[in-house]
Amino acid sequence: MSTGIDHGRRRLLRIGLTATGALLVAPCAWADPTPNVPPELLGDDLTALGPFVRIERDSRVVIGAPACEVGQGVFTELPMLVAEELDVDWARVRVVQLPYGYVAADGGGDATLYGAQGPAATLPAALAQLRQAGASARWLLLQAAAREWNLPPEQLRTEAGTVVAGDGRTLSYGALVRSAATFTPPAQLPLKAASAYTRVGQPTSTADAQAIVTGARVYGIDTYGPDALVAVIARCPHLGGSLARFDDSAARKIAGVVEVLELPGADAAAAATGVVVLARHTWAALQGRAALVLEWQVPADAAATSSSALRASAHAALDGAGPGIVVRKDGDAARQRRRPARHRIEARYELPLLAHALMEPLNALVELKQDGARVVAALQDPDGASRLVARLTGLQRKDIAIELPRGGGGFGRRLDHDALTEAVLVAKAAGKPIKLMWTRGDDLQHDRYRPFAVHWLAASLDDHKRITAWTHHCAATPLDPATPNAGLLGAGDFPAGHVAHLEQVFHPLATRVPLAGGPWLDALRAFAVQCFIDELAVVSRQDPLRFRLAMLEATPPPAGTDADASARLARVLRECAARIDWSTPRSGGQGLGIACHALPGGCFAHAFEVSVDDGQLHIQRAVCVADIGRVINPLNTTQQLAGATLDGIAATLQQAITFKDARVQQRGLADYPLPRLGLSPRTTQVHVIASDQAAIDPAWAIASAGPALANAVYAATTVRVRKLPLLPELMRML
Amino acid sequence: MPKSTQPPAATPAARVQPPAPLAISINGKPYFHDGDPAMPLLWFLRDRLRLTGTKYGCDDGGCGACSVLVDGKLARACAVPMSAAATHQVTTIEGLAGDTLHPVQQAWIEHDAIQCGYCQAGQIMAAVDLLRRKPRPGEDDIAAIGNLCRCGSQPQVRRAIARAAELLRGERK
Repeated sequence: MSTGIDHGRRRLLRIGLTATGALLVAPCAWADPTPNVPPELLGDDLTALGPFVRIERDSRVVIGAPACEVGQGVFTELPMLVAEELDVDWARVRVVQLPYGYVAADGGGDATLYGAQGPAATLPAALAQLRQAGASARWLLLQAAAREWNLPPEQLRTEAGTVVAGDGRTLSYGALVRSAATFTPPAQLPLKAASAYTRVGQPTSTADAQAIVTGARVYGIDTYGPDALVAVIARCPHLGGSLARFDDSAARKIAGVVEVLELPGADAAAAATGVVVLARHTWAALQGRAALVLEWQVPADAAATSSSALRASAHAALDGAGPGIVVRKDGDAARQRRRPARHRIEARYELPLLAHALMEPLNALVELKQDGARVVAALQDPDGASRLVARLTGLQRKDIAIELPRGGGGFGRRLDHDALTEAVLVAKAAGKPIKLMWTRGDDLQHDRYRPFAVHWLAASLDDHKRITAWTHHCAATPLDPATPNAGLLGAGDFPAGHVAHLEQVFHPLATRVPLAGGPWLDALRAFAVQCFIDELAVVSRQDPLRFRLAMLEATPPPAGTDADASARLARVLRECAARIDWSTPRSGGQGLGIACHALPGGCFAHAFEVSVDDGQLHIQRAVCVADIGRVINPLNTTQQLAGATLDGIAATLQQAITFKDARVQQRGLADYPLPRLGLSPRTTQVHVIASDQAAIDPAWAIASAGPALANAVYAATTVRVRKLPLLPELMRML
Repeated sequence: MPKSTQPPAATPAARVQPPAPLAISINGKPYFHDGDPAMPLLWFLRDRLRLTGTKYGCDDGGCGACSVLVDGKLARACAVPMSAAATHQVTTIEGLAGDTLHPVQQAWIEHDAIQCGYCQAGQIMAAVDLLRRKPRPGEDDIAAIGNLCRCGSQPQVRRAIARAAELLRGERK
């Protein structure tokens, strides 16, 4: 095998033939389990997977998917980039999931080289590397054909898995692989121009769809180690609590239960926080857990961790209990607000904690041996997982093999390694391979939740129906006390810059509740801002769409605003309005609502058409328009946007996590409803405005869905719901 | 912290006659279950037969990820104990296709009703059941399918159901 060393990116690309004569282009570690390169070149540091291309002698192509598929589409999209540069017929491509690999250090520190969320979150360097792998393989095949025909390679071109000469002669890739493996590609090859793409930009079906619809695709929960025991854990349901005592005598009598252990803490000093039941099969483990008699040490201040306490502290903060953190101050909004104005209104919006509630609850298979470990789990941050397992076991990272099955949903929840940590600790304590499984109750009760927030907004409008003062105070639970307002209230949030007197103040709320970020943070403030804009439009008798557009399309643009960003936001609003037929008035209990949200690099708009009759909300139509930069697979992007729309609908209408006595009150999906067909709009229309700018994750579209829906509900009912979840509030208020 | 229990002592040989194994047909093949008759069908399918296309998603029959057909009718495998499943014919997602895919599976592929894919086996079984009962399902029939999908694949699932209905009625190839 030859080895091409790309010093520029410190990547080692290996070209070779497999035992069956297939051409392989892969990082060194993949081409050979014992790479014969100097260890100092390999280093002892791991990065995410490199690319992988194999071309069989019959021209079938295997492309490795380097990131873990959890529904964000990477299993199909990332290999599309390789196929594009390789110039192969996608129908002849088979995609295989690569395990998390051991490849040469890439400078270190790039924790999630391949997208944790989706291709949009994948680093440009990683995308370029995939394309280089495809280009390298194509280059090799061109050299082989040139040698075969005795022609200069520049006179040859490639097309759908064949090399074509100027005179029309063709050679299939498969016929060239033996010869191709004898060349060494240059470190850096020119990549295709976007105008030459034949696969990227084409709607492309999920690569493993057939396996999914036949039940053959293996998810994390479907992995059974040869001797692995099923582990389920009874965890202390109270935050900050621990195990006082337990009686496992009944549990041990259940057929199939092998062992019952205290859940070891991450270090020797930590108090046990649960009891682990190990069994030969899942039902025995579940029965065993149910048979445990458990007594928990409830923290003395448990009563202080409750949703009612959170609400009280939020409203107290907004009532002026604390000064808060000034996020932005333009002019003097407080003084302006006291002045006479045509309209002065204020409102508070209250948004609950939310759970990730993945369809597939967390799980992990862990096998520990003296000299290595095997981990099977759907992980959005396999790099971090590898570091964690190394820390917990003392093993070298190169000796920890991580396999990435498909994951039943991600939403950032699989960036956390709590289940994996438990599985490693239990496997160590039990001395046996462990398949750890979370149940639905575990999932809802031991998640990291979306922060809780209450927004207070106040504004004045002048005789020209323009906003003269805007005050936005947000009281919420910070993700990180060091940067309390991060993700929760931002200085660039609409309508900052469009109002002369504007004030944004953040009030951090202390809580013991573990929290998680992600696109759902944007949904918090977008709901408050976009509903309040709607309220201002109603009070000043303006069309909510034109009211927004008047600000965004003001000429000249206000100093300090990003004219391009405003234009993009106005454009998605206009597109969205056109598609929902905004200008046609609705009657007969029908209502239209619209909202938008911008973030750096892109923006979204949603519009809904709804009706409420007999106490039932019907969503006739949803329209989502997104301006999100580069799109690799438009089919996937469309689905992600529709998915974010449904996510926004379900979260806005029905979902809330509440605490009492430091304990989550929701036990199952009956208490925490996920999207179903009856909740989905009769028609959902998605329109993507693609551009050659850097991609942003379509999941952020959740932000504009909720307020657009609430605004539509107002239009249909004249009931303004300011506390979520919306449906129970609406039914109470109607 | 001391544990409050002793390791289990060897139980006295209670010579209880083991219950007769339960016979069950799954995807046309006969199986026997000699374990706990209260064990849900779900875990027999998954842990014993490794038919893992039927998914676990909740503990109360609410999510639909474990949907199977029992004697041709939709059932939640997590809510059917083996004692109730015994003597019946169970069809799982793995048993739906013959030499070719079932038209519902075909429609799911055509409309790429996948995303994370975890719930789709259950969605497909629910659609097979619906279209058997209602070859021309109305909006209320579709809305009555209770299967959950966290990814929000409902728009594709709606289109796939409509397409599957066409295929099953033989209207368009």
